[in-house]
Amino acid sequence: MTAHTYADTAALTGRSLRHIARSPDTIITTAVTPIAMMLLFVYVFGGAIDTGATAEPYVTYLLPGILLITIASGIAYTAYRLFMDMDKGIVERFQSMPIARSAVLWAHVLTSLVANLISLVIVVLVALAMGFRSGAGVGAWLAVVGILVLFTLALTWLAVVAGLSATSVDGASAFSYPLIFLPFISSAFVPTASMPGPVRWFAENQPVTSIVDAIRSLLTQQPVGNDAWIALAWCVGILAVAYGLAVAAYRRKVA
Amino acid sequence: MLADMTTPTPTQHAIQVRGLTKSFKDVEVLRGVDLDVPPGSIYALLGSNGAGKTTTIRILATLLRPDGGTAVVNGHDVTTQAHDVRASISLTGQFAAVDEILTGRENLTLVARLRHLPNPGAIADDMLARFSLTDAGNRRAGTYSGGMRRRLDIAMSLVGNPPIVFLDEPTTGLDPQARLEVWAAVRELAARGTTVLLTTQHLDEAEQLADRIAILHEGRILVDGTLAELKQLLPAATVEYVEKQPTLEDVFLTLVGAPTGAPTPTPAKETR
Repeated sequence: MTAHTYADTAALTGRSLRHIARSPDTIITTAVTPIAMMLLFVYVFGGAIDTGATAEPYVTYLLPGILLITIASGIAYTAYRLFMDMDKGIVERFQSMPIARSAVLWAHVLTSLVANLISLVIVVLVALAMGFRSGAGVGAWLAVVGILVLFTLALTWLAVVAGLSATSVDGASAFSYPLIFLPFISSAFVPTASMPGPVRWFAENQPVTSIVDAIRSLLTQQPVGNDAWIALAWCVGILAVAYGLAVAAYRRKVA
Repeated sequence: MLADMTTPTPTQHAIQVRGLTKSFKDVEVLRGVDLDVPPGSIYALLGSNGAGKTTTIRILATLLRPDGGTAVVNGHDVTTQAHDVRASISLTGQFAAVDEILTGRENLTLVARLRHLPNPGAIADDMLARFSLTDAGNRRAGTYSGGMRRRLDIAMSLVGNPPIVFLDEPTTGLDPQARLEVWAAVRELAARGTTVLLTTQHLDEAEQLADRIAILHEGRILVDGTLAELKQLLPAATVEYVEKQPTLEDVFLTLVGAPTGAPTPTPAKETR
């Protein structure tokens, strides 16, 4: 920690935000796949899916899972950008300067947070156009945002590990595919009760289900119960492990 | 921070290296390198590929930890006082590490901010002018030619006037004109009192630029000294009369026009 940690992080975050401003397609492509899935599930499969909830439209049931998919596809760009910086010697340039060493990684993480929040807003706007409605109050919305921010941070630090350890561009961005797939084996699209034994066990005990259920309960003004705490525990747990791995990978890489 | 850059601890040498060793897995890259670089000089580390030049530079720039030996840069030990070393140096790596998405001016402003200097914008404009990049300043660095990119790279290294500059193969991959531009920039640096340690595999580059030359071979310094001292290592040349032919470089530069003091920016897009 040096006295300049914040100034250095701000300078480098400004740099990568410029990258995003100059290639807004990265935010659009992040939002396009989840939106396409949302359209597909609401207007094609949705009619045949029985969520057991009659009061709300299927898009409202679906949205929490779609938001997580948005984040999972968005963080691939963090891995990609970090890999490019390492590959092109930019990181070495920064590392040979008297800056706070953690600033390089934090700049990418904060940029990921900003980019993902913009993508999430786009997805929510599309969902609103498709009939998503929520009577949730300010407190519940803040809680939803809080969970999404924690989830983004947790996955972004995983992306940092991937970006630092990858040996090729493809490897750097491909790691997010399984993360995008995870919501399919969860309560994101259909209730877990309809799944056969082992699949159902996996679905009910993996992080996405508790996070999806917590967000869904908050948005539909249902009691959140234990889900919020389990979701929180998953997010903080993944965040702590990923952060530790990222710092270790960084030390290994830049001596 | 600034105090570190302006008040070097009194030592005889800008860079002093003793018995530096480094291995990667079971490959011994450095086998005991000794080096004394006097302040304000241009010092060339000459060697073939794989001789250990880049490894030496990376250790001196605190990017790599040595296995053994000591290295003191501007009075600071590279392993125990890495932050002070970083405040005293700048590194220009083998490939121009510029941000291609930012403009030339933004690249320079960023470095000035990271060096915590006042008026980053003014410093950037100053550097653009000094390196004949003013016209290209607001273009993305990704559109620069190889020579322009290299000039921007070196300009970024010089922001904040660090007393010691490392240039790792500064002219590799450049055309002859761009090479002369880089040479001019290096000479100007030394004229301002900056210590320059550069690596090269081009003998003529060392001969043209360096006050002192060290030949690195298989992880050891074989010889070091001024060009005159090195030439004395071989028996005196016998005098022969040979018709002087123009070199290919002379021909090339005559035909395409040698760069004058202010290099002409070529807007051609080049990938390295």
